[in-house]
Amino acid sequence: MIELHGRIVKRGAAEGIALVSNEPIGFYGNIDPDTGIVIEKGHPLEGQCIAGKVLVFPTGKGSTVGSYTMYRLKKNGKAPIAIINEESEPIIAVGAIISDIPLVDKVDISKIRTGDKVKIDGEVVRIE
Amino acid sequence: MNLTKEEQKMLDGEYGEGVQKAMEIIVALGKIYGAENLVEVASVQVAGVSYKNLGDAGIEFLEEWASKGAKVKVPTTLNPAGMDLDDWKSIGFAEEFADKQLEVIKAFSKMGIPPTCTCTPYLAGNIPKFGDHIAWAESSAVSFANSVIGARTNREGGPSAIAAAVTGRTANFGYHLDENRVATFKIIVEADMKDTSDFGALGYWTGKQLRNKVPFFVGIKHATTDCLKSLGAASAASGGIALYHIENITAEARAKAMLSDDHETVTFTDKEKRDVFEAIGFSESEIDLVVFGCPHASLEEVRTIAERVKGKKLKAMLWITTSKQVKSMAERMGLVKDIEDAGGYIIADMCAVVAPVKSFGFKNIAVNSGKYAWYLPNQGFNVRFGSTEKCIEAAITGRWEP
Repeated sequence: MIELHGRIVKRGAAEGIALVSNEPIGFYGNIDPDTGIVIEKGHPLEGQCIAGKVLVFPTGKGSTVGSYTMYRLKKNGKAPIAIINEESEPIIAVGAIISDIPLVDKVDISKIRTGDKVKIDGEVVRIE
Repeated sequence: MNLTKEEQKMLDGEYGEGVQKAMEIIVALGKIYGAENLVEVASVQVAGVSYKNLGDAGIEFLEEWASKGAKVKVPTTLNPAGMDLDDWKSIGFAEEFADKQLEVIKAFSKMGIPPTCTCTPYLAGNIPKFGDHIAWAESSAVSFANSVIGARTNREGGPSAIAAAVTGRTANFGYHLDENRVATFKIIVEADMKDTSDFGALGYWTGKQLRNKVPFFVGIKHATTDCLKSLGAASAASGGIALYHIENITAEARAKAMLSDDHETVTFTDKEKRDVFEAIGFSESEIDLVVFGCPHASLEEVRTIAERVKGKKLKAMLWITTSKQVKSMAERMGLVKDIEDAGGYIIADMCAVVAPVKSFGFKNIAVNSGKYAWYLPNQGFNVRFGSTEKCIEAAITGRWEP
């Protein structure tokens, strides 16, 4: 088991399977808010569903409307259960807060692989 | 981060969930940008108002936040919507869109935010003082407040501006701090600068050159408020510039030295100006829509256009977007009638950048705004960018003469 420490952006606890992207993610226009499927052409997660996953990616990108897309995903039951970033930026941070999705950043995400079982509790991230 | 007792109480939820959520946003942004503390804000400008951008998720979010007790505690104004809130029907907006747009406005009203619906709040009663900390969204208004007035704001987003209005605070980083307000680029302006569109072209060019750095302009001898509004809007759109200084003209530059000793220098001549105007264009010369008022037209701008089109029958559609205040005064002065008789409209409350312009079937658009000239091509329109006079001619003749 590996234990990593990050910084709380949106406090919370969650446990689930990691889905890791080594590329930034922009929610608006790149993720279908009704299905949770990544629709951005050429993105490493293209075609994959983020619903119920611990979504791990370096940072956010794209339109500020992305915060509202995260909220819509949550309302549709298609949001990730938690997010881990290398460095959060305002779109993802605000989106996580308004959607009640636990968010930790300042984490060395190279230690996490897609399929890992990840437990988040406050600033602590445990990989089992 | 150091929070006062009061701020900590907000974060702990003692003032309810709506306030708590707002404080969580402010604190999270402060953390991300390394702020040591929060500052009280004198006023807020909220953006993210058009239903076209917000969608149903946005409405749901605003309503939920309002129902959880999010109420603004400092003077707050609202950005433009996607239509005229009163005269949308006669101008031709679809009822379905109008219903949704009015729902958005209602949600903001529940939070205590009046439907001012203008991107020029400084022309409509929201006027901060020199040195005030404020939290404004709307990039052109941010630029005006920082640069022309010398108030202090970062480029806020929709939710973060609301959060600042609800808590009365913003995190102390970026343009709130002295060290980030000093220019690192000197721009020598040699071009002939008269019309607002000349300043729009300068802004367009500056934003592309500098991205989001702070420029210090020299060589501009005279600039009206309308010219400064145009300059800031264009440079904020093409590059993300939140603050500029003009020697002997803008507030901070008149008060103290605002150019870093360690700076780069570039020059803007008539050639660069011409290149900006000419880089935007298309092969046909027909124009079917001319838009003025990006940012929202001042009364002077409305008057200039109205006097030129009075008694004429326009070949192209003419839209002047502005605030409700200016439209009311224009109405009282008979200018609305002059423009409507010629076949055009003065549209209050609306921003053409976020309005469903496509649904009107327009294709070839002429503008005198550097900001609108920046956004339009990406929205699939053919665009001409030129002087106010040239745009008025285009409205009258329906053609763009080289």
